[in-house]
Amino acid sequence: MANYLEFEKPLAEIESKAEELRAMGRANEEMDIEEEAKALDKKAADLLKDLYKDLTPWRKCQVARHPDRPHCKDYIEALFTEYTPLAGDRNFADDHAVMGGLARLGDTPVMVIGLEKGFDTKTRIERNFGMARPEGYRKAIRLMELADKFGLPIITLVDTPGAYPGKGAEERGQSEAIARSTEKCLQVKVPLISVIIGEGGSGGAVALATANRLLMLEHSVYSVISPEGCASILWKDAEKMREAAEALRLTAQDLNQLGVVDVIVKEPVGGAQRDRTAAIEGVGKALKATLKELAKKKPNALVKDRRQKFLSIGSKGLAA
Amino acid sequence: MNWINNYVRPTINSLFSRRETPDNLWTKCPECGTMLFHRELKENQQVCGECGHHMLITPRERFEHLFDGGIFTEIEVPDVPLDPLTFKDQKKYPERIKAAQKKTGEKDAILVVEGEIGRTPIIAAAQDFSFMGGSMGMYVGNAIIAAAERAVATKRPFILFSAAGGARMQEGILSLMQMPRTTVAVQMLREAGLPYIVVLTHPTTGGVTASYAMLGDVQIAEPNALIGFAGARVIEQTIGEKLPEGFQRSEYLLDHGMLDRVTHRKDMRDELVTIVRMLMGMSPPVMGDLPAPKEAAETPDQPAEEK
Ligand SMILES: [Zn+2]
Repeated sequence: MANYLEFEKPLAEIESKAEELRAMGRANEEMDIEEEAKALDKKAADLLKDLYKDLTPWRKCQVARHPDRPHCKDYIEALFTEYTPLAGDRNFADDHAVMGGLARLGDTPVMVIGLEKGFDTKTRIERNFGMARPEGYRKAIRLMELADKFGLPIITLVDTPGAYPGKGAEERGQSEAIARSTEKCLQVKVPLISVIIGEGGSGGAVALATANRLLMLEHSVYSVISPEGCASILWKDAEKMREAAEALRLTAQDLNQLGVVDVIVKEPVGGAQRDRTAAIEGVGKALKATLKELAKKKPNALVKDRRQKFLSIGSKGLAA
Repeated sequence: MNWINNYVRPTINSLFSRRETPDNLWTKCPECGTMLFHRELKENQQVCGECGHHMLITPRERFEHLFDGGIFTEIEVPDVPLDPLTFKDQKKYPERIKAAQKKTGEKDAILVVEGEIGRTPIIAAAQDFSFMGGSMGMYVGNAIIAAAERAVATKRPFILFSAAGGARMQEGILSLMQMPRTTVAVQMLREAGLPYIVVLTHPTTGGVTASYAMLGDVQIAEPNALIGFAGARVIEQTIGEKLPEGFQRSEYLLDHGMLDRVTHRKDMRDELVTIVRMLMGMSPPVMGDLPAPKEAAETPDQPAEEK
């Protein structure tokens, strides 16, 4: 594991000790290190379990942003077949922060749309770090309309720090694009399922996550503002992000209690970044089950239920 | 369009003023520096008579000018749980609410009312920037839904005056969820075939702009209002360059095709009446001085005196 988070440092030490020990063992055949190395492995496994058992909100933010965490593209490639990307907003450009197209989930043709952050410097720049511009949201609207026209369920995968704060984005109507995308989510007569796979950053996430069912990975976050942003405004100190993360109630567990999140998808021990395949499989299973449940609903009922879901949000408080 | 330009504000306005405005007080125009009499400012709807700068105006004061005879009735907004997340930063959220209530004399950052403008029955809502930056929390969301429901029930158009820094952070995800919730309200109006007019006032930014405030059938802004999604400072940090003069201001947005019109506050009522009556298929507006409608005048709403 190349990328340890700050709070995983003690784990990194133990794991590197075990590795050193094994390297020594390979160099010197007379040394019997296996027992000691295994003890270290066990220690590391216990520590990992312990660290992730009860992550603080701020730690969850770090896990949600982990560079090794599977991203939108990974889910699309692993879970869907016949993925056929569709591009462009027909007005200005094709925004690479938003990917989407036709695909099959099992046998079912669907429209999959997602926010992709990129995995290395080159792709991160290409994807604009997952921050969509107005044309990205307008592309999403277009794809949702297409799905609606042909009765295909829509699946959105959300992972974004937020909508892009840029000059051109403002000039081309970032707010209007987000508002229309949210509106489109509420209009479509097909099942709309969203999964927050990493970061659900404010309005830029709402635009794609206004769904019949919102699924959220165990350690992903969804918030009105980043903890750093909130801290710098309310605490006048960006370093107070731990306190802000705590106060914002941005974890899947809190959001589930508040009636915002419908399903929490379990992550492998140590987070999705430690076992990407297992994490992706977990999401696939949850998506199929949710799709099956929604397939029974009539088009008008889907619209009505979706609206009602949002109108009712706020009536459920947090458990004490 | 000058049927109402010579319209003399009925004296009834003074009955509704929240606090007595001492005549001997002056305000300096932040734009041109002219010292302006409070009374004169009030008569001009908080617009500088010298340079035309539009200052903040409270919802109540705006409505006193907007409605025939200054008469309007408040629409009740369903209560919301106070402090659903027990949010605490340097201050507790309920303390911030209480301070804002004390400062403004209002319950929250929006006022929803019904009444007549140019003999045209409407539902109107105005956000109050002086109440925690006009921020959108559950109350504001409920208010907009209540306004839309009332508009549908009474078959009236809905006019919204926006002013907000964005979502109310102290309500966390519940404030963010007002984006879809208020969008449902807009859809109710659309389906009922009722006009939804948005008047963007200074400033309207963040999640408010990115939801109901950008979904109007007609989008009007007051002059030089700041309207945008992201804050200018954040954008400058992101792109590493200075933003052009007038960026995110009404006229700039109009130039970029994001608005239908930019209209001076003194002409706003006139324009709203005209637009709404045409959209509703009503006869041309009645000319001249319009006192309060009869029914409403008999049971005047006097919220100002109660608090
Ligand atoms: Zn002035």
